[in-house]
Amino acid sequence: MKTKVLAMLVAITVPICVGIAFAAPMSVQVRNGKVRATPSQLGKTVATVDYGDVVETGAVQSGWYPVTMPDGTKGWLHESALSKKPVAMRAGTSDVDTGVSSDEVALAGKGFNEQVEAKLRAEGTLDYTWVDRMAAFEVGVEQIVEFRRQGNLPGGAL
Amino acid sequence: MNARHWLALSIGVGLLAALWFCGCEGMGEVGAEIGKATGVLTDSEAESVKRGAAAVEKSWQDLTPEQEYYIGRAVAARVFETYRPLDQPQANAYLNVLGQSLAVFSERPETFGGYRFLLLDSDEVNAFAAPGGLILVTRGMLRCCENEDELAAVLAHEICHVQAKHGLRAIKQSRLTEAFTIVAAESAKQLGSEELASLTREFESSVGDVVMTLTTSGYSRTQERDADAAAVRLLKRAGYPEAAIITMLNRMNERLADARGLGFAKTHPSATSRIDVLKPAIPTAQAAPDAVRQQRFATAMQPVLAGQ
Repeated sequence: MKTKVLAMLVAITVPICVGIAFAAPMSVQVRNGKVRATPSQLGKTVATVDYGDVVETGAVQSGWYPVTMPDGTKGWLHESALSKKPVAMRAGTSDVDTGVSSDEVALAGKGFNEQVEAKLRAEGTLDYTWVDRMAAFEVGVEQIVEFRRQGNLPGGAL
Repeated sequence: MNARHWLALSIGVGLLAALWFCGCEGMGEVGAEIGKATGVLTDSEAESVKRGAAAVEKSWQDLTPEQEYYIGRAVAARVFETYRPLDQPQANAYLNVLGQSLAVFSERPETFGGYRFLLLDSDEVNAFAAPGGLILVTRGMLRCCENEDELAAVLAHEICHVQAKHGLRAIKQSRLTEAFTIVAAESAKQLGSEELASLTREFESSVGDVVMTLTTSGYSRTQERDADAAAVRLLKRAGYPEAAIITMLNRMNERLADARGLGFAKTHPSATSRIDVLKPAIPTAQAAPDAVRQQRFATAMQPVLAGQ
């Protein structure tokens, strides 16, 4: 009895675990994801992706996934921008697409989110003025490249 | 409970342990289904295994980058209640170019909303990394930096706290279990007002846990040591001299000598103990700081350093 169960456990779990390690659809888990032409944060942007978008990924290489967009565009996304779990309730995030349980899909996108912040703002509990100002301090890739060039910082792994 | 039930339950628990170790997603579900399929678990036992597994599975690691982002925003807003932001556009702009140019070299270059940096109008020597990448640096901390390389070392250390999600780890498990239970129980996309009120309470408590750790209790020594080690790797990848972290810590040590028990001194291991750990791994040869970097640091920060 025990042996049978253990054999079945191995037979079922090993393919699942191995399967997870290989190429699969993944969800974008950042708000404004930039698909790069090369596996580099300073690479040219070939496409943009939104939070919750599902992209087809290949095998990860030094932290970068080769991705294919639904329209066929190819590029690279850093692993920190991607999740194996669905992250938002959206059309297209189904069990079939992502190979995960419907419970996870139902949980995705809920919790500590915009709705909670909106409640705190409405109650006047927290002042977000400076937090919003910080969000606007965005620095572009060109600016970073120029800053590094001027500062004699050519050395780097990018 | 008879022997068969005991056997069924032990196998169920064993399956979960094995699947957990294996690192699979949705393991409780799979384990329970296997148990049912093989006839060792009844339907109700399988449900119980599923629920138990769900509670075990949900921790700070299950917070999505979006949730981390909203927690971080509230943490920063709370810090601003005690530490006033420094409204110096030129200095904050320079700080962001420097910080964001470092962040792209980090092991976690992408967060939900990206890395952002801001100076605080305080002479206390301190810096805070709110979850998701909102990094705050006091004028007192800036005074410990004589050049861009040393400021880069401070920012790299804070980026590495974000990278390792040290802030999120400060949240008490009970709050997360409660929050996950609330959202799991509600099937609609938008929560009802009662659930939202409960969830907001858990959110505020979670934010409180992080703020308490950042401003009062501090991270663990291991977390600080890990952030230092990761900061050295980050500086190297970004092309900055790693030795800048040592010179910065030395200056901090001098400045903190008369501020024992306040700010950074309260929440961090002593600078000398950090130097002792770091030094063997860092090349000692130190060229003079690059002239362009020295100049732009001075131009951007001089008005801040002149302020009281």
